[in-house]
Amino acid sequence: MTDFLFYVFAAVAVAGSLGMLLNVRNTVAGALSLVGTMVSLGAIYVLLDAYLIGVLQILVYAGAILVVFLFVVMLLNLRQDAFTPERLRGTKALGVAVGALVCVELLLLLPRALGPAAEIPADFGGYRMVGAALFTDWVLAFEVTSLLLLAAMVGAVILAKRSID
Amino acid sequence: MVEALPYPLLRWIVLLPLLAATVHGVSLALLRRPLGRTPTIALSLGAPAAAFGIAFVALLELIGLPAEQRVLGDLAYTWIGAGSLSADAAFLFDPLSAVMTLVVTGVGTLIHVYSVGYMDDDHREDRGFQRFFCYLNLFLFSMLVLVLGDNLVLMFLGWEGVGLCSYLLIGFWFADRWNAYAGSKAFIVNRIGDFGFLLGIFLLFWSLAEMDAATVNFRELAEALPRIAEQTVTLPGWLGFLPGAPTWRLTTLIGLCFFLGAVGKSAQIPLYVWLPDAMAGPTPVSALIHAATMVTAGVYMVCRMSFLYAEAPGASAVIAWTGAATALFAATIAIAQTDIKKVLAYSTVSQLGYMFLAAGCGAYSAAIFHVVTHAFFKALLFLGAGAVILAMHHEQDTDKMGGLREHIRWTHRWFLLGVLAIAGFPFFSGFFSKDEILLSAYLAHDLPGHRALYAIALGTAGLTAFYMLRLHFRTFLGRSRVEPDVKSHIHEPSQWILAPLGVLGVLSIFGGFLGPSAALNIVPGVDPAHSNSLANFLASVLHGVHHEVSFATERGLAAVSVAVAGAGALLATWLYVWQPELPARIRAGLGGLYRLVANKYWVDEIYDAVFVRPLVFLSENVLYRGVDAGLIDGAAVNGSARLVRGLASGVLRHFQSGLAQGYLFLMVLGTLLIAGYLVVG
Amino acid sequence: MVEKAVALSAILFVLGALGALTRRNLIVILMSIELMLNAVNLALVAYARHWGDLAGHIFVLMVIVVAAAEVAVGLGIVIALFRNRESVNVEDVSLLKW
Repeated sequence: MTDFLFYVFAAVAVAGSLGMLLNVRNTVAGALSLVGTMVSLGAIYVLLDAYLIGVLQILVYAGAILVVFLFVVMLLNLRQDAFTPERLRGTKALGVAVGALVCVELLLLLPRALGPAAEIPADFGGYRMVGAALFTDWVLAFEVTSLLLLAAMVGAVILAKRSID
Repeated sequence: MVEALPYPLLRWIVLLPLLAATVHGVSLALLRRPLGRTPTIALSLGAPAAAFGIAFVALLELIGLPAEQRVLGDLAYTWIGAGSLSADAAFLFDPLSAVMTLVVTGVGTLIHVYSVGYMDDDHREDRGFQRFFCYLNLFLFSMLVLVLGDNLVLMFLGWEGVGLCSYLLIGFWFADRWNAYAGSKAFIVNRIGDFGFLLGIFLLFWSLAEMDAATVNFRELAEALPRIAEQTVTLPGWLGFLPGAPTWRLTTLIGLCFFLGAVGKSAQIPLYVWLPDAMAGPTPVSALIHAATMVTAGVYMVCRMSFLYAEAPGASAVIAWTGAATALFAATIAIAQTDIKKVLAYSTVSQLGYMFLAAGCGAYSAAIFHVVTHAFFKALLFLGAGAVILAMHHEQDTDKMGGLREHIRWTHRWFLLGVLAIAGFPFFSGFFSKDEILLSAYLAHDLPGHRALYAIALGTAGLTAFYMLRLHFRTFLGRSRVEPDVKSHIHEPSQWILAPLGVLGVLSIFGGFLGPSAALNIVPGVDPAHSNSLANFLASVLHGVHHEVSFATERGLAAVSVAVAGAGALLATWLYVWQPELPARIRAGLGGLYRLVANKYWVDEIYDAVFVRPLVFLSENVLYRGVDAGLIDGAAVNGSARLVRGLASGVLRHFQSGLAQGYLFLMVLGTLLIAGYLVVG
Repeated sequence: MVEKAVALSAILFVLGALGALTRRNLIVILMSIELMLNAVNLALVAYARHWGDLAGHIFVLMVIVVAAAEVAVGLGIVIALFRNRESVNVEDVSLLKW
């Protein structure tokens, strides 16, 4: 059952990203299909016992980050004729070829790194376990990210201002 | 090996001329303030005179020592100490170098004095009076280093130094292109010989190094030589035509290499061609360098290495035959020359041949004896010729001379003495030394064809008497062929010139009594056993060959040589005094033969066609245009620049497009390669 | 299932890279970069699941935080650029070329 679900969500994810990639004229549509990808990825996370992460994925990625993208797209109000013709066929084909090769290599490499499977506790990936780890073993990283967020906030505000006065 | 007695004064013999030359050089080149005439003269004459003085004092010290211990040494500076090669700036004063040093400084000083008078024109016309003395002093320094050096490397330094100074002095009046060309020719031909010299040094050092006796010091070499005396080398197949092939003694090979150096420096066949052209230099230069000192460096070197040649009979035979052949060859050319200096130049080549003949026969002390006497009379002859040239306002062609006896009496008198000395007039210096040489050839039983050598030497003696007297008659006697406007200005030269002539004249007469053999000794009251003082003096250093000979034989041979010389002189008198029209008719009659010798057998022209032109062609077209301009400049230097530029503007430019996506592509490419590596490996 | 998740992660990553390489629109490029980050997250979660190590989850949390910050600042830059050049075409901002 889980396998079948996984395939469904995987297909949606790939379709969504392709929709974003191949969509030249309508950026909003592209962003929206990427939302679909994010949501299905969240579902896959849940299937992989990463419950907290899955929820956070949907909340933060689909719900905040991509919304910001949509905001900006609509704010800039780009017309269709603002899009210049795409690159020459040659370079694109080369890029696709290289990409395909990298894909093949990754497909060969990554599974190799998997070793023997380990036993996982029942509560693995739940908020309690992740939270405990976050506030004990990884508390330093946690605190540093707060600084990062502060910097990002300040930067974003300054960048978007009309003038510095 | 006896310890050399330390004698710190020795270095000053060498250093004083160097100091003088340096002062001149600094004043002329750096400060650009020439010294006046008097300071120049004082400095340039003082240095060689002082050097002579020190050498004389050292000689007295040397004589005071017992015969086996006659070695003075002076280590001035530790020069080269590289592994087993140790060559220091150290000087060796043993009988051989003592004789050479005294000759060099003594005759050198006289010629310096002469030069003051001779170069007076250059002084007045500001054409380099001081520069001349600078070069002369530098030459003296180099020659003294050559003669006093205690090792092969230092000797080679002096060897090259005299070559350089010879170039500088031959081409002294360099504004005239021909003089510069003559200087270059001298230097280049010398270099060919130097190649042989270097090969000799390398071979010797290398072979001794294999016996753990590596050294370049002369005295140590003499000790160590027996270790390689029996070694042989196998010649490669294509050299099979050489006598004694395919196995040669190592010592013979080394000896031949060194001899090649001597052939270049001392103008023997085939490298003599620079000497006649070197007459382009001022006459004092010809006297000093190309008669008395530099050209005898080769003889000195062979004698210094006598320990080697004693073990190299093949090389000695080559030396003897080359010397004899050169003596005869040069004499035949001399009989047809009309330029006063050219006759003397070929005469020098011929007399050098005599010296090598003696050395080849193992009579090294006879060779040195002839070096000494030749220095006296040849310097005298050259200086006298210079006086004639000055009087004739730089006219050197004897066709335009004649009857100068009345005008320049003293010059004539001294010149005549020199002529008689070289011709072998009995009991003058040349007589004694030449007879020693003839005797050594006569007695050299171990040398193949020594009788022929004797015959050649004897014949050459006759020719020598002939052409020297011919020169004398054409210059000083007979009907005057001088042009009228020159004639009115002929006068006796200054005392600066006449005084050295006088000293040399006296030495040419009495100098032979340094070392007459017992048989010919006529000085009353001298014990016969002590009479051959020069040979005895040198015996501790030279590894000569001694032959027993009776007084009667010696006297008989002396009589024969006097007779032959007398015949030559008589012939010259007949042709140039009694029947002056005869030479022209003989010339016409002999036609081709005359042209052959008058044109010096066209040797220069042959060398030019066979060696010089092809080399110049090769250098110009192949090496210069092809390799240098084409390959190195074009392909390597410019080509690599063009390659880089092409690469950069064609390929690398696109990596700096400013487009982030291009950079990202490169990153992906990099990932591809790394992942690929991980997949494969 | 972990292997399949990892395979999916590879595919998504390459798709994201292709998008960042080929598209001209700055915003689309940024979105492609987000896609790449998500692919990495997926791989991390899969490995964490396989090895039973929570560090993977923590790492994913950090990635998400950083991605959020990066999007905020990046879009701020896009807006500033748009104000100056009236264009979001990446070829108009190639001032660093030779």
